[in-house]
Amino acid sequence: MSSIRCRQLCKTFKQGDEIITGLDHIDLDIDEGEFVCLSGPSGSGKTTLLNAIGGLDTPDSGEIHMGDIRVDQLERGPLADMRLHHIGFVFQAYNLIPVLTAQENVEFVMEVQGMAASERAQKARDILKEVGLEGMEDRRPAQLSGGQQQRVAVARAIVSHPDLVLADEPTANLDSVSAGHLMGLFQELNQHHKITFVISTHDKRVMRYARRLIKMQDGKIIGDEAQ
Amino acid sequence: MARFSVHFKTILTLSWRNLWRNRRRTAIMLGAISVGVWAMIFMTALMRGMVDDMLNQGIRNLPGHVQIQHPEFLDDPNVVNSIDEAQGDLLAALKDDGTRVWANRIRVPAVIASERESRGVNLVGIEPLSEAEITGLPGQIAAGRFLESNDDKGLVIGAKLAERLETRLGKRVVVMSQDPDNNIAERGFRVVGIYRAELAAQEEFNVYAARATLQKLLKIEGRVSQIVLVDDDYRDVEALYQRVAEAAPEGVEVKPWYEIDTYLAVMFNMMDGFVLVWVVIIFLALSFGLVNTLVMAVFERIREIGLIQALGMRPGLIVYQILLESLLLLLIGLFIGNLLALITIKPLEDGLDVSIVAEGMAMMGAGSVIYPNLSLYDVMLANVVVILLGILTSILPAWRASQLDPVRALNTH
Repeated sequence: MSSIRCRQLCKTFKQGDEIITGLDHIDLDIDEGEFVCLSGPSGSGKTTLLNAIGGLDTPDSGEIHMGDIRVDQLERGPLADMRLHHIGFVFQAYNLIPVLTAQENVEFVMEVQGMAASERAQKARDILKEVGLEGMEDRRPAQLSGGQQQRVAVARAIVSHPDLVLADEPTANLDSVSAGHLMGLFQELNQHHKITFVISTHDKRVMRYARRLIKMQDGKIIGDEAQ
Repeated sequence: MARFSVHFKTILTLSWRNLWRNRRRTAIMLGAISVGVWAMIFMTALMRGMVDDMLNQGIRNLPGHVQIQHPEFLDDPNVVNSIDEAQGDLLAALKDDGTRVWANRIRVPAVIASERESRGVNLVGIEPLSEAEITGLPGQIAAGRFLESNDDKGLVIGAKLAERLETRLGKRVVVMSQDPDNNIAERGFRVVGIYRAELAAQEEFNVYAARATLQKLLKIEGRVSQIVLVDDDYRDVEALYQRVAEAAPEGVEVKPWYEIDTYLAVMFNMMDGFVLVWVVIIFLALSFGLVNTLVMAVFERIREIGLIQALGMRPGLIVYQILLESLLLLLIGLFIGNLLALITIKPLEDGLDVSIVAEGMAMMGAGSVIYPNLSLYDVMLANVVVILLGILTSILPAWRASQLDPVRALNTH
């Protein structure tokens, strides 16, 4: 399910009168269980590629396959279902729902998936413990530090064991210790749960964890190497 | 449906907590909804009370709920246009358990003269016991007594007429009319009672004598001008009307009050429409605030909406969540508004004195005391209109939120 194939992916944006190229004929294959980092300067197309793979954005042309699913041709509803059941997102800004507690934020996706209350509560508690937030389940995002919030976001992204986690600059707002912990956690989840990770970053500390490093510039892949 | 119910708790939690994120804005909107709902119910109860009063006054005044009379009587209320007193099938129908009260009446134009003045009046021959239940006349007696039997020899006149005739209780007056042969029928009556009515025109125009006394005076023994029937509620007289119409002999006409007094019927029919228009107008004023609140709530949460889209919430669930938020706001506002209406209407059960504008009220046929009529129908109407239109006006902001582009929404600061 989580093997990803992108073919001749193109995306442009209009900024005033100027046309900006986000993705320029991208061809990319990512196998199940890979731990991939997308690197490159700002505007190189990393986030655009993540958004396209995750079905948050639609390419102008080209194909995106996720397993048997042709992602670029899905309607809004089925796209939402695909994200709900197969993809976990971690964003640069922690993006938690402020009116929900840490536990409720983690339970949110499982609840929308229709999981029974007792099962999801237990899973949420377990995953929060795993990311080091035991005892903080009832705190709302405003009562947590940046690192703690990002760990809640990670817990939410992985709690229902998605096939793929897409993380966009997940360490950008974290200190080096928190960033190290987070990447260690990603690595562990990748190894133990076989979750595929695609992480966009320009943080060299993060790139060190990657088993495959894809370099991007001006919407093109300019390097793709195993580490 | 199962999926819908699975999501309900999540959506309810989100909606409820989002509602209280901006407490001041929510409180202001709740205040507006509550006051609007209160105004809908309170003003409707006052208007309904006023119109009820006008109708009751008007119907009690003479028509009753159903009338039986000569087909020509309404156009020409002459003594010639009289009918036999109830007998046979008609009498059986009138004595049926379904008829609350009925009475024979004689109504003829007459002239009443004191030693100083004379006036044209409506001379009404009544059966005192039955009439007491129909018009409530005994309760209006301000001086003297009410008529005691069908052959009482006294006369009851209004205070206003007494003033015009410069007569008073105990004095004799002469009443003059015509018998069926066009001969003058006149007789002296002692004023045994003076009544005060809510309407000055009624006091000045209606003069009451006993039915048998008038039959003798007018030489129409065994005949009456009308048979008047009153049921429990003037709004629901159709069954009574049908039953009596079927039992009525040929040559008489049976009519419900709304065919006799078309002005009152129009008032009655307009009231429901008027209430609906009133409720909708208040709601329209409210809806601007409601839409603004929701648009602001969505605007402030664009990033979050992008997030829940990214996490896999279908657009329909986003619409559902925002509509539920709107519904919660409306329900709380309705609860407070209904409560306020009850609290303010309850103390007015004994009537709201508007005697300062009594003349204007009398011109409309209403008394100087308004008894608010809190009808369940009006309360339900206000609540249903607020909920239905409230949800309808919330659909646009909710739909727009569901159609946000998740990438743009997530990058909104």
